[in-house]
Amino acid sequence: MMQQLWAKFTDHLDPFLFAIVTAITALGLLVLFSAANEATARVVSQSQKVAIAVVLMIGIAHLSPQFIARFAVPLYALGIVLLLGVAFGGEVVKGARRWLKIPGLGNVQPSEIMKIALPLILAWYFERHEGSMNWRNFAVASALVLVPFGLVVRQPDLGTALLIGACGFYVLYLAGLDWRIIVGGALLGALGFWAAWEFNWLHDYQKERILTVIDPTRDAQDAGWHTTQAAIAIGSGGLLGKGWLNGTQTHLEFLPEKHTDFIFAVYGEEFGLLGGIVLLVLYLLMIGRCFVIAANASTLFGRLMAGALTLMFFTYAFVNMGMVSGMLPVVGVPLPFMSFGGTALMTLFIAVGILMSVQTHRKLVNS
Amino acid sequence: MHSELRNHDQELFWYRRRLAVAAVVVIVAFGALFGRFFYLQVIQREHFARMAEANRIDVQPEAPNRGIITDRNGIVLASNYSAYTLELNPQKIADLDAAIDEISRIVEVTARDRRRFKRLYEEFRSNDSLPLKSRLTDDEVARIAANRYRLPGVEIKARLFRQYPFGELASHVIGYIGRISQKDKERIDQHGLSDNYRGSDYIGKVGIELSYEKELHGSAGANEVEVDASRRVIRTLSRKPPVTGNNLQLSIDIRLQKIAEDAFGSKRGALVAIEPATGDVLAFVSRPGYDPNLFVDGIDPQNWDALNTSEDKPLLNRPLQGAYPPGSTYKPFMALMAQELGIRTAQQAIHDPGFFRLGGGYWRDDKAGGHGTVDLVKSIVVSCDTYYYQVAAEADIDAWSAFMKPFGFGQKTGIDIEGELPGLLPTREWKAKRFPKDPKLHVGDQVSLGIGQGFNTFTPLQMAYATAILANRGVAFKPHVVKRVQDARTGESRLTQPAPIYTIALKSEHIDAVMRGLAGVVKEGTGRVAFQSAKYTSGGKTGTAQVFSLRGGEYRASQVHERMRDHAWYIALAPLEKPTIALVAFVENGGFGAEAAAPIARKVMDAHFDPELLAAALKREPTQLAAARPDAATRRAR
Repeated sequence: MMQQLWAKFTDHLDPFLFAIVTAITALGLLVLFSAANEATARVVSQSQKVAIAVVLMIGIAHLSPQFIARFAVPLYALGIVLLLGVAFGGEVVKGARRWLKIPGLGNVQPSEIMKIALPLILAWYFERHEGSMNWRNFAVASALVLVPFGLVVRQPDLGTALLIGACGFYVLYLAGLDWRIIVGGALLGALGFWAAWEFNWLHDYQKERILTVIDPTRDAQDAGWHTTQAAIAIGSGGLLGKGWLNGTQTHLEFLPEKHTDFIFAVYGEEFGLLGGIVLLVLYLLMIGRCFVIAANASTLFGRLMAGALTLMFFTYAFVNMGMVSGMLPVVGVPLPFMSFGGTALMTLFIAVGILMSVQTHRKLVNS
Repeated sequence: MHSELRNHDQELFWYRRRLAVAAVVVIVAFGALFGRFFYLQVIQREHFARMAEANRIDVQPEAPNRGIITDRNGIVLASNYSAYTLELNPQKIADLDAAIDEISRIVEVTARDRRRFKRLYEEFRSNDSLPLKSRLTDDEVARIAANRYRLPGVEIKARLFRQYPFGELASHVIGYIGRISQKDKERIDQHGLSDNYRGSDYIGKVGIELSYEKELHGSAGANEVEVDASRRVIRTLSRKPPVTGNNLQLSIDIRLQKIAEDAFGSKRGALVAIEPATGDVLAFVSRPGYDPNLFVDGIDPQNWDALNTSEDKPLLNRPLQGAYPPGSTYKPFMALMAQELGIRTAQQAIHDPGFFRLGGGYWRDDKAGGHGTVDLVKSIVVSCDTYYYQVAAEADIDAWSAFMKPFGFGQKTGIDIEGELPGLLPTREWKAKRFPKDPKLHVGDQVSLGIGQGFNTFTPLQMAYATAILANRGVAFKPHVVKRVQDARTGESRLTQPAPIYTIALKSEHIDAVMRGLAGVVKEGTGRVAFQSAKYTSGGKTGTAQVFSLRGGEYRASQVHERMRDHAWYIALAPLEKPTIALVAFVENGGFGAEAAAPIARKVMDAHFDPELLAAALKREPTQLAAARPDAATRRAR
C-alpha cells in the first residue's frame, strides 16, 4: 500500500534532475543560514516555500505536456492583463512600477508569470503550426514576445525585460529561426543600444549601472558599492574560502542584498574557488540533464518548452553569478534555487516540473 | 508519409544541432565564470583580502590628555576638566537654525552660544560636529538624552576642557588653546604629526600653550577595532593607550605676578622681572590682559571684536612686541660702554653748562643751567644728558652697537614665548639700508641715541634682559618662563635652561661704578621718592621716552593728549650686593618714569623680599580662583 503510494508519487520524477536540484537547494539553505547571521527564521521560511514548490513541481510533473499546453493561452492572457494592471495601478518601489497588489494574494510581480507563460504560449503556437511553418509564424511569435517585453521595459525594469525577451527568443531559436535574422537582429540590437545610449533613451541609473560594471570604483558609494563589496567578498575568499559562517564581509553587513540576489558573494567568501567550482559543476550537471530531456522530447511542444526552460536556468545562473562577480551589470536576477524569496522559487520548480513532465510522458506518447 | 517522416527526422536533426550550439554557449559562459572566479580568488586574492581587512578594521585615535601648567610653586595655572558638551553635526542637519531653536526649547541656549557656534561653523565647515553649548549640567544631559530621537545630528560628548583658573592673570604668558584650524592642520601636516593629532580637536594658539605645544600635547593612542558597515564597533582588537603630555612648571611666581598686575591698576604697560642668576622670568606682565577661557571653546564674535578693536590693544603682548625708545634707562649701559670702550673713566668729570653744541647742532640738557661738574656716577644719579651727548658724539656707532648687542638690545632674546619682535639697535649699515636717500648716520643722530631717544627702540623684555645681565655681571642666561618640563607618568623632569648661554667680558670696577650710580638713583636721585624706607638695598634708573617731538617747545603733560604723553620706564635690581631680581616696569603714556613706573617696581620688589606680602597676594580676592566668568572678563578687557 505504502509502496504503491510511493510509486505513484515518484513515477513522474526524474531522479537525476531531482537529486541535483535538491543538492543545490540544500546548499542554498546552508548559505542562507550564514547570510542571515545564523538566525533560523529565514531558513525556516525558505524551507517551507521549498516544500510547497516541490509539491507543486511533483503535481505538474504528473500532468501531461498536452494538458500543460492548454494553459498557454489563459496564462499568457492573465500575464498581459496583470502587466497592464501594473502599468496603471502598480506599487512604485524604488522609482519603478513592478508590483501589483491583489487582495488575498498580497504583492504579485506579474513579470514572473511571463517567465513561464511566454515560452509556453510560443511552444504551443509553434506546435499548432508544425510542418507548415513560415516567416509569418515567426512574425506572430515575435509579436507575442515584444508585447510583454515592452510592458516590462516601461516599468522600467530593463533587466527582467531582457530575461523575458531571452526566454521568448530561445523558443524562436529552437523552432528554427533563420540564422540571418538572428545575426541581423544582434547587429540591430547593438545599433539600438548605441542609439539608446547616445540619445538618452536609457534611464540614468541604467547608464550608471553599465558604466559601473566597467569601473566599479567610479561610484564606490552607491551603484558601485554592491559590486565592489561583492568582489571584495569573493576575492578575499581565496581558494578555499574563509569557512562557513566566517565571512567578514557577510557578517559585518558590508554585503548588500546578501540573502537574495547577492547570495553568491556570501558563498564565494565562505567556500572560495573550490566552492565556486562545485556550484558550477552542479549547475552544469543540471543543465546537461535538461539538455538530454529536451533532445529526447517526443513532441515539438515538449522540445521547445524543455529547451527554452533549460536555457532559462542557464541564463539565470550565468547572469546572477556574472553580475555578483562583477562581469555583468547589476540586474535583479536571483541565483536559481539559492536566493531567498518565494516567487522565483515557485517559477523555477514549476519549470523543473514541466521538464519532468516532458521526460516522463515521453514513452506514453511513443507507444 | 515517407517524406513527412524524413521531414520529421530532418527537423529533429536541426533542433538537436541548435541545442548543441546552445550547449557550447553554456560551456563557454561557465568557463568565463570560472575564469572570473579564478581571477578574483587566486590572482587578486591578496588585494581583496587587504580590502576586506580595511573594511573590517578601523584604527580609532584616542586623544591624549594635555599637560598641566603650574607656576614655580606648583599652583595650577592651566588644567583640564571633563564636561559634557552639546554638539551639532552640520552634515546631518539640513536647517541649523531650526535645529538650534528646537534645542533651545529643551535646554537654555544663550545668544552668545548661538553667535559662537555660527562663528565656528563659518570658520571650520568641517565634517566634524561642533560644540553649541559646553559644560552641561547632569539635568541638561538627561533632558537632551530623553529627546534625542527628534534631534538628529545632535550629540552629547564627554570632553576634556582646558581651564585657566586665574582668568586674565598671566594670560600673556600662558596664552590659550583653540580648535584646530585649517592653518594649524597644514602646519601639523608639514611636521608629519597628522597621525598624532587625528583625535585632537585643540591646539595651542598663543603663549606657552603654543610654544610648548609639542611637550603639552602628548602622543595619541590608537584603538584597533572591528567595525561593521555602518562603522559600529563590534569589538576591540588591540589598544595602544595615549600618553599624557608633559607638565610645565613655570618660572613665574603667580603671587608676584598678581601683585605686579594689580600695581598697574587701569594703566597700560609691561613689567618683566628676572632672576639674574638663572634667567627665570618671575613675573611677566602685559596690561591690559584678556581672559583666555573665552577662547577655549571658540570665542563669540562680540567678545572677539571687543578684544580686537579696543584702543588699549589687550591682545598685544607688550613685553615682547612693544618696541619703544628706552629713554634714560639706557644711560647705565652707556656708562658701562664708555668705560669698556675707553671713552671715559669713572673718575673723569665733565662740566655741564646745560646744553651740548656740535657743528651746527644744539642739544638741551633736561636741567636748565646744567648739573655743573659731573662724573660717571653722578651722571647716572642725576640723569645728566650732556654727559651722554658727549659720550655718544665720541663713540663709533658700530663699536657701540657691537657692545650693546650681547645685552640683547635690538635682538630677539629667544624667550620661550612666540611672537617676539627684535626692536632696533641702529648701525651704519642699517641707516644706509633704511634711508637710501640719506644713507649716512650723522653725528647728530648719535647724540640723541646717547640718551636713549631717536632711532633705537627696545622691547620691555630686552630692557629687563639687559638689566639682568648687568646684575649678573655679564653672565647671560636665556630668559625663560618655563622652568621645568616634567613627564607626568615618571615624574622625571628637566630644566629648560640649565646653563648660561654666554658671558660678556666686563671689568669688575666698571660694573661697580655703574652699580654705584644705580644705587645713587634710589638713595638721592629720581628713584628716591618711590623707594623711600625700602627694607632692602636696590639700584634703579628712571626713563622717559618721547612719543612725539615737541620741536623745542616745553613739555607739559597736562596739555598733551593722553595717547601722546611720554612713556614711563624704570629699571631696577636688588639687593645691590648680589641681585636676586632684575626688573623693568614700563607704563605706556605714563609720563615721568619716577612717578608712573618706579612705584610699580617698588611694589613688586617689596613683595619679592617679603614672604608675607607674597602669601597675602592671592588671599585678597578668592573669587579669582573660581571658575572664570567670561562676561565679566570681557568687560574688563574692554
